Amino acid sequence: MRFNIGDWFASVIDWMLANVGWFFDGVAWLVSQIVGAVEIVLIGLHPFLIIALLAGAALALTRSLGLTLFSAAAFAVIVAMGLWVESMSTLAVVLVSVMFSLAIGIPLGIWAALNNTVSAVVRPVLDLMQAMPVFVYLIPAVFFFGVGMVPGIAATIVFAVPPAVRLTELGIRKLDLELLEAAMAFGAKKGLILKDVQLPLAFSSIMAGVNQVIMLALSMVVVAGLVGAGGLGGVVVQGVAQLDTARGFEGGLAVVILAVYLDRVTSGARSLGDVLRSRRAKKEQRAAAATAPVAAAAG
Amino acid sequence: MSAAPVKAPAGDRGDAMNTEGPFIRVDHLTKVYSLGKSARLGLPGRRSQAKGFTAVDDVSFDVKRGQIFVIMGLSGSGKSTIIRMLNRLIDASDGSITVDGRDVRSLPPAQLRAYRNQTINMVFQHFGLFPHKSLIDNVAFGLKVRGVDRATREAKAAEALTLVGLGDRIHAMPDQLSGGMKQRVGLARALATDAEILLMDEPFSALDPLIRKDMQELLVKLQRNFKKTIVFVTHDLNEAMYLGDRIMVMKQGRNVQTGTALDLLEAPADPYIEEFVAEVDRSKVLTAGMISKDPDPGMAAAAPGVPARSGHDAVRVSEATVLTELLPLLAAGTERVEVVDEHGTPVGHVTAETVLAALAPKEYSHAL
Repeated sequence: MRFNIGDWFASVIDWMLANVGWFFDGVAWLVSQIVGAVEIVLIGLHPFLIIALLAGAALALTRSLGLTLFSAAAFAVIVAMGLWVESMSTLAVVLVSVMFSLAIGIPLGIWAALNNTVSAVVRPVLDLMQAMPVFVYLIPAVFFFGVGMVPGIAATIVFAVPPAVRLTELGIRKLDLELLEAAMAFGAKKGLILKDVQLPLAFSSIMAGVNQVIMLALSMVVVAGLVGAGGLGGVVVQGVAQLDTARGFEGGLAVVILAVYLDRVTSGARSLGDVLRSRRAKKEQRAAAATAPVAAAAG
Repeated sequence: MSAAPVKAPAGDRGDAMNTEGPFIRVDHLTKVYSLGKSARLGLPGRRSQAKGFTAVDDVSFDVKRGQIFVIMGLSGSGKSTIIRMLNRLIDASDGSITVDGRDVRSLPPAQLRAYRNQTINMVFQHFGLFPHKSLIDNVAFGLKVRGVDRATREAKAAEALTLVGLGDRIHAMPDQLSGGMKQRVGLARALATDAEILLMDEPFSALDPLIRKDMQELLVKLQRNFKKTIVFVTHDLNEAMYLGDRIMVMKQGRNVQTGTALDLLEAPADPYIEEFVAEVDRSKVLTAGMISKDPDPGMAAAAPGVPARSGHDAVRVSEATVLTELLPLLAAGTERVEVVDEHGTPVGHVTAETVLAALAPKEYSHAL
C-alpha cells in the first residue's frame, strides 16, 4: 500500500492558495517594494560611489587594508565585465533575504536557547528545511508568489534561516554555567542577563551564523535564476541554456566576487567586538594613567 | 529599581542586631536530584528509595552574624549544593532556610532577586568574571542590577577594587589578570554591593599555594573591617581551620560534625574526621584564643586596654596568635602568657603545659 504524502502536501498548498492567497499577494507586493527600493539605491547611484562605499564598509568592519583594496579591484572587474547592474540586483536580493532570515532566525534562536521545549520542536523543523532539496521549495513558492524574484527570496529564506537559529542558540547555550550563576547570584533579571551577558558573549557565534546565512543566500541566487529572479542567476541560467561558456563563466565569477567580499567582511566583523573592546580598554587605561598624576598634583 | 528598596535591609539590620539569635538558620535541608540528572553528572552516592540521588541529606546548622562558617568536605559531599541553596541558585527539595528571620524558600521572584542583590552575594571557584567587561564594570554589575546610576556605581566599584589592591587597574580586562588577581576582582564585586552575607564556593582552590595563602590573609584582613557573615566552602581542612569560626564537615551529603577547629581536633566525631585531622599542622591552626584557660579574676576586672599588672611578667598576645608564634616566648622561659582580644580585653592565659597538650595528637594523650 502506498501513502500519498505528496498528494496530501499538494492539497494543503492548494487549500492555502484558495483561502489565504490574499496574504501571499500582500507579502509578494511588500517584498518586491523593499527589494525595489534597495535596487534603486544600488543601481541608481554611480558604480564608483557604490564601490567606494563597499570598500569603506570593508575597511570599517575588518580594519584590513588588503581586503579593502581587493574589494575595490574586484568590483571594478565586475564593472568591466558589464555585469554591474545584474550584480547589484543580486546583491539587493541577497541583502533583503538575509535581512528577513536574520529577523526570523536570531529571535527564534534566542527563544530556543532559553526554552528547551522550543528547542526540541525547532530542531527537526530546521533539519527538514535544510536537508530538503532547494528546488522543492521553488515549486510552491512560484504558486504562492508567481515568477520573479519574490519566490526566489522566499525559497532563500527557508534555506538560510537554519544556521541563524542554530548558531544563535549554540552561542547562548555554550555560555559558561558559572557566568550565568554569577549574573543570577547578583539578582539580575532574565532580560538583563540576556542583554548584558548572554548576547554579548554569543556575539561571535551569532556573527558566524550571519556569515553562513549570507553564503547560503548567495548560493541560492543561481537557483532562483531558474524562476526568473534575474540578476546574476539569470545571467548564469542564460549562459547554461544557450551553451554560452563565456557568459556563464563571467556570471559565475561575479557571484564568486560577491561571495568572497561578503564572507570576508562578515567574518572580519565577528572579531570586531573584541578589537573595539580592547582598544577602548587601552584608551581608558591611558586616560587613567594621564589623569592620575594630575589628580595627585591637585590633591 | 529606585533607591528606595536599597535602604530596606539596612533598617532590618539595625533591629536584628539587638537579637543575638542565628542570622542564617538552616533546618533539615535536603536536596534530591532526579535520577536522570545524577546519572549524567556521574556523581557517587546513595539513592533514597526510588526518588533519585540525594546530594544533601537532612543538614541543619546556623550561622551567627559576623561569623565565618566553613563547610568542609570532599568533592561530591554536597557542600556546593548547600551554598547554592542558600541563594536559591538551586532549589531545595525539603527543609527550611531562614535568613534574618525571612523564609528564603518562599520568596517570590522579585523578592528573591532583591534578596540576592542586597543581602547575599557570591564568590565563585573559577571567579565567574564577565570576560567582555572591564574590571570596574564587573565589580559594578551588582549595583547596575540594582539600578544605581553610572557615576555612583563606578565610584563604589573603584573603591572596592582599591580595597583588594587593584585600584590602579580598574579598566583592565579580566583576561589580562592572573588567577589571584581575578579572585580579588570576584571579592571586590561581592563587597561593592554591601551585601551582608558572602557565599564563597571554594574561592581559593583554583589558585597556587602561595597566592592562596595571600588571599586567605586578605580575606581575614577584610573581615576584620567588614564583619560580613561568610559561608565558605572548601575541601582543605587547613584552610577551614585558618578561616573558620565554626566548621561543618560534610560526607556524602550529611553533616558529620559541626564545631570549632579545636572541637574537631580534640573530639573528632568519627574516623573520617580523625583521618582528616591527622593531616593538620596543629601548631599553625590552633590559636592562643582557642586554648586559653579562664582569665585571671584580677585581669578580668581590669578595664579594657589598661594593663592590670606592672609590666615585667605580663606577656600579652592577641587571641589570633597561632601556637607556632607562641613557642619562642615559652622557650625563652615565660611561664604565663596573657591572651587578649582585639580591644585589649583579657580573655585568658596559656602556659607551656597547655600549649604542649594542645599540640599533642589525640592518640598520644590517650596513651598517657
